[in-house]
Amino acid sequence: MTNTLTSPIIAQLPGVFEQHLSDRKQAEPASLLTQRDEAFKTFMLKGFPAYRTEEWKYTNVAPFLQEAFSFDTTTTVANTTVEELLKAAIPAGLDAYTLVCVNGKFQKELSQVPAEADVQITTVSAAIEAGAYAPHFNTEYDYKHTFEDLNTALFEEGMMIVVKKGASVDKPMHIIHLYHHSSPLFAQTRQLWVVEEGAQAQIIETLVDPASNNAVLFNNNVTEIVTEATANLQHYQLQTALHHVRIVHQTRVHQHEDSVYSHFAFIMSSAAFTRNNIDIVHVGEHIETNLYGFYLASEQQLIDNHTAVHHAKPNCNSNELYKGVLLDKAVGVFNGKIFVHQDAQKTNAFQQNNNMILSEGAMVYTKPQLEIYADDVKCSHGTTIGQVSEEALFYLKSRGIGEAAARNMLVHAFAYDVTAQITVPAIRKYIEQIADEYLDTFANN
Amino acid sequence: MMLNINDLQARVEEKAILKGINLQINPGEVHAIMGPNGSGKSSLASVLAGRESYEVTGGSVTFDGKDLLDMSPEVRAREGLFLAFQYPVEIPGVSNMQFLKAAVTEHRAHKGLPPFTPKEFLAFVKEKQQLVQFDSQLMNRSLNEGFSGGEKKRNEILQLAMLEPKLSILDETDSGLDIDALRIVSEGVNKLRSKDNAFLIITHYQRLLDYIVPDFVHVLYNGRIVRSGTRELALELEEKGYDWLKEEMHLQEPVQ
Ligand SMILES: Nc1ncnc2c1ncn2[C@@H]1O[C@H](COP(=O)(O)OP(=O)(O)O)[C@@H](O)[C@H]1O
Ligand SMILES: [Mg+2]
Repeated sequence: MTNTLTSPIIAQLPGVFEQHLSDRKQAEPASLLTQRDEAFKTFMLKGFPAYRTEEWKYTNVAPFLQEAFSFDTTTTVANTTVEELLKAAIPAGLDAYTLVCVNGKFQKELSQVPAEADVQITTVSAAIEAGAYAPHFNTEYDYKHTFEDLNTALFEEGMMIVVKKGASVDKPMHIIHLYHHSSPLFAQTRQLWVVEEGAQAQIIETLVDPASNNAVLFNNNVTEIVTEATANLQHYQLQTALHHVRIVHQTRVHQHEDSVYSHFAFIMSSAAFTRNNIDIVHVGEHIETNLYGFYLASEQQLIDNHTAVHHAKPNCNSNELYKGVLLDKAVGVFNGKIFVHQDAQKTNAFQQNNNMILSEGAMVYTKPQLEIYADDVKCSHGTTIGQVSEEALFYLKSRGIGEAAARNMLVHAFAYDVTAQITVPAIRKYIEQIADEYLDTFANN
Repeated sequence: MMLNINDLQARVEEKAILKGINLQINPGEVHAIMGPNGSGKSSLASVLAGRESYEVTGGSVTFDGKDLLDMSPEVRAREGLFLAFQYPVEIPGVSNMQFLKAAVTEHRAHKGLPPFTPKEFLAFVKEKQQLVQFDSQLMNRSLNEGFSGGEKKRNEILQLAMLEPKLSILDETDSGLDIDALRIVSEGVNKLRSKDNAFLIITHYQRLLDYIVPDFVHVLYNGRIVRSGTRELALELEEKGYDWLKEEMHLQEPVQ
């Protein structure tokens, strides 16, 4: 059976790629051009992921790829407009550096950056040219998602962040990915972050594509992250985009010995389609990985979280907790893979995915996938799908708390295990407020 | 009259539980309902509080002249009806403080009053906390989660004190309380008694009624109030148990 996805983009792509490559012939190192070429060939061979295949069993991406997309991210946008939009994107009371990207390109003059001695911000292509970070780019482990190949082929200059050895960045860095376009845009954005030995940082990401753009955004982002020995990175993704936004985000993390990586995915958007892939690879011992997620989905939204943790070395811990609330006719997908390789003795790996369904038409597909090849390990996983407890609801109502407010309280309570892990108070407040607004909108519909 | 229950019938999952209850409560009165397990005491409390799993199949209930059965549970509460649960619900992730604040705010809004400022609220909580000697450590914990039986019951009475209801229904508040806790809870309730409010005390044992002295005692059996009287009735039940009642009832009502 052939199961190929048809999209007008496929016919468009060879021309787009050829132009892209010839634009870069002078500026980019040969090694990058070669990688782009190979990635493009691979993509053309595999195409977009087909519905019902292993990794895309419940997620049909085809309906989101039918527009006449432009791949041109060049834009001129008035700084005053940008500043207005940025203000709206910053959580109240958040004291952070702001790193602004417009259509995937870092805008230094719009940003407030940390001291250069602590953090170095360049482009991915410049970093590859300099050589030192080239090995961290486009790394492969297990297998690559086909969207990643498309990204490697077509991304523009990309953003490279290096948190320097031993640095402890005094405030979180808030990256605001702003988009400006007037026709449907297919944006391939790329990031490469290296947190060097002993360094500590918190990075927050927000995507802003204002309604005034009046056209679909398909954002295919790849973020590659390296935490060197004893580094500690907290990574918050605040996904709050509007309905016309479609997201495929790939986060690929290589962790070295004694490092800690904590990922927080808050998906409380109206974006029609979200697919988050997180792949974590342990390349040293005594590593800690934390993956926390909370998703709220309503109307006809499709929210798909795929995570994979590769325990390749002994004495490492991973801890994953994803919670979701589904309303209306929304569909949630969770797939959590844990691979414990033969060498990875004394692994502790925990995974939980809990879902609350508040409407009859909503659905969730959840699948833990554990493959364990070592014998001295502690692994556990669990999934639940439930409703609001009628007992709890009646108890709250019997104290005079209204139906909608009582429901909100119980949803907050449900999310509590996740929100309590947030270490930046302004972010926690922001998340709780957005969740309130989200549920209020649902209650008033 | 504050509460007028007239021939109230209700069922749960097709099973008739309340089979024609009549009860009138005036402001200032304390009524006790006693009866063996399974006789329908909690069911009566649940129907009055508006638990949705019960279906009212006949009769009427007015509360301060308004049709109680027509109101949602939250409106009943705001109108001044309070049920202290036999089994208070544990809600992980909702802090006790946040819960009390939400409830008090709703009650005040219903009366056209602005929410307390954080400072006013803290002072209010502190005052009421002392009334039932509620451990302030429990305020920032999740609602009832991991509370001992006694702590849960005290929390119910704390809520009662904060919401200042017209009619309080206490469903076996004494069960699970040791003698000291029983005394503290009863003293709290006695301090809250006034000529304007009323209490309906459901209990299996007469012990509680030594502390909270009722004006009237009713015996509920098999979904009906089969006997009403004064305090002496409770003492009589204590002495004789419920078996004589059962025998007497079987004589009157042929076994089906
Ligand atoms: N949800 C329910 N489904 C079926 N029967 C119930 C339910 N709740 C209560 N009952 C029945 O109703 C009767 C009265 O119960 P209850 O009101 O709890 O009695 P009491 O409080 O006097 O011990 C019992 O026979 C009990 O089994
Ligand atoms: Mg009972």
